[in-house]
Amino acid sequence: MSERTSGSVRRVRGAQRDERSGSSARRARSSSSTSRGSAPKVVLVTGVARRLGAQVAARLVADPRVERVIGVDLAAPSTELARLLDGVELHRVDLRNPEIARLLGDEGVQAVAHLAITTAVDYQSGGRGATKELNVIGTMQLLAACQQAPELRKLVIRSSTAAYGASFRDPAVFTEDTEPRETPRGGFARDVLDVEGYVRGFRRRCPDVVATVLRFAPFIGEHADTRLKRYFSLPVVPTVLGRDPRLQFVHVDDAVEVLHRATVERHPGTYNVAGRGVLTLSQAIRRAGRVTLPVIEPGLSAVAGFAKSSGALDFSLDQLDLFVHGRVVDTTRLVEEFGFEPRSTAAAFDDFIRGAGFGPLGPDRVRRAERAILDGIRRVRDTAEGDR
Amino acid sequence: MSDGRFEAGDAHQMAADAHQMAADAHQLAGDADETAEADVWDGRVARLLALLRHRLTGDYEVDEFGFDRQLTESVFLPLMRPFYRTWFRVETYGIKHLPDDGPALIVANHSGTIALDAAMLCVAVHDEHPARRFLRLLGADFVFRMPGLSEVARKSGSTLACNPDAERLLRSGELVGVFPEGFKGVGKPFAERYKLQRFGRGGFVSAALRTGTPIIPVSIVGAEETYPLLGNIRPLARLLGAPYFPVTPLFPWLGPLGMVPLPSKWLIEFGEPIVTEGMADSADDPMAVFNLADQVRETIQQTLHRLLELRPDPWSA
Repeated sequence: MSERTSGSVRRVRGAQRDERSGSSARRARSSSSTSRGSAPKVVLVTGVARRLGAQVAARLVADPRVERVIGVDLAAPSTELARLLDGVELHRVDLRNPEIARLLGDEGVQAVAHLAITTAVDYQSGGRGATKELNVIGTMQLLAACQQAPELRKLVIRSSTAAYGASFRDPAVFTEDTEPRETPRGGFARDVLDVEGYVRGFRRRCPDVVATVLRFAPFIGEHADTRLKRYFSLPVVPTVLGRDPRLQFVHVDDAVEVLHRATVERHPGTYNVAGRGVLTLSQAIRRAGRVTLPVIEPGLSAVAGFAKSSGALDFSLDQLDLFVHGRVVDTTRLVEEFGFEPRSTAAAFDDFIRGAGFGPLGPDRVRRAERAILDGIRRVRDTAEGDR
Repeated sequence: MSDGRFEAGDAHQMAADAHQMAADAHQLAGDADETAEADVWDGRVARLLALLRHRLTGDYEVDEFGFDRQLTESVFLPLMRPFYRTWFRVETYGIKHLPDDGPALIVANHSGTIALDAAMLCVAVHDEHPARRFLRLLGADFVFRMPGLSEVARKSGSTLACNPDAERLLRSGELVGVFPEGFKGVGKPFAERYKLQRFGRGGFVSAALRTGTPIIPVSIVGAEETYPLLGNIRPLARLLGAPYFPVTPLFPWLGPLGMVPLPSKWLIEFGEPIVTEGMADSADDPMAVFNLADQVRETIQQTLHRLLELRPDPWSA
């Protein structure tokens, strides 16, 4: 172990020098000219059997600076995603298995993009407990392996704005430095906090590895997240009575862009990634042309439970909190450091609706109804005047 | 600051949106005019329908605090205006002390059992000031815990009274309003009317100091008589999770009718701004903060006495 550590120190001396000069000049460095030079040649991406992971891996393959992209997942990618993964060296590895450490060492991996952190609970393979295992234990093992990887210079972690929780006592806008007032309830948020805790420990132990934590708002896009799509395509969309949370989304394509830049450039630190601006839930549902069904809060818990057991929808408690109190983050730091601004929440949502389709109250129909009413008034008046 | 730029962008977008809406309404009104003579009602109906269309299709802007400008302009303010003009006959003084643009922190006394003074202050700032500015109030966390109320508060421009929100609003150039007495002010017995309560920890002062924002002391006379608070049923308050359960001459005896506010005469005076520029260093100095808070409190208290002499009869015209 000690031998390995000293070996890694020797081998990454170049990167270390880079780090030192970089950290002193971190504030001043707004352009990424220094970071461009340090693009890793071998990148490992976890979670490639999911769409986000597959898209990031494909994006890295297309980058000429990256020579090899290794994709890792427990499951095999679907045939649709497999097409995306052309050029990616696929390995079916369980992150909780020491095999990952061998892979990192043998292949000389220089950057790891850890995307196998998931909100989705897979009820076929053990439910919430299994998801937590994969999220938390998987990250822990992966970081342990990273610590021993001699060539590693960069670590990118997919986190979530769920880390801030959601409550009525919170400030309206979270910056990266906002501490959550209370531990968020709900599994995923706690997973994310645990994962970020491990990353803090990793940063202390391996200061020569550039670690980037990206806190993503919920993903949305033309093809994205079937869960949100299912929610917004319900015949009547349940909301919490008397609550209209402020929501933010990030377009999947922009998330891929940010993940790509974080992997090939140098952006140490933690960043919120979200589309600028806000949609309230009722506004989003109206934009989708749907009808809301306000339910009292205890009632919604029951509905969520029922939907969960019937497999129609799956909601966790932190999502319920989100749908009561909403969550908005500040993205100034991301825009300044990455020189890239994700499209606005409204634009991302519009793109999503284009894919999902409008409900019964689409804008065209409303406009037609408006015209019909105005025409009706005119006709009534014309006849009234004709009678006179 | 990039924040400022974003806000300006939003405001611009909103203005463009409003303009588009007006244009739509005008066009529709124009259509209607082709057959009938120019009729104000045609325009009104068309405008209302256009507004409904925008609301139904979600075609409006909400800022990051949840402020819905369109809803505030076309629903909340019009609902409050009859109270402001006819019921309470509000008179304002010193509106010129509010800046045309850029931030200011408005600090006012709080009274009247339910916070009608907050709503009237919003109408005063919007309707009396030539720039028709919106007041962004800071509310107690009780407000944001309550379903329904929390959304009305956010959509009308309020946010939680906490330093990050206050400073963010001030940095983006907004007019921010705060009632440092909080529930001690609104929930005080009628016998203690126009006696300013303690000013909390002075968080508003440090927010102003840190952002270099002028503080404008505001004195409101009239809210005390709307619901004279005679008693407080504590067990009921605890049961409802409310800070107090009011007993007034009419409530709860007359049921919902008891909720009609008494038509007192209101005076609102905006005082001279207190400049805080270049004092950011003292934002964490408790002595400096308390002294400034005290100065603001004294100014408001003295102005209240002066206004009360102007209005000897609470029910005068």
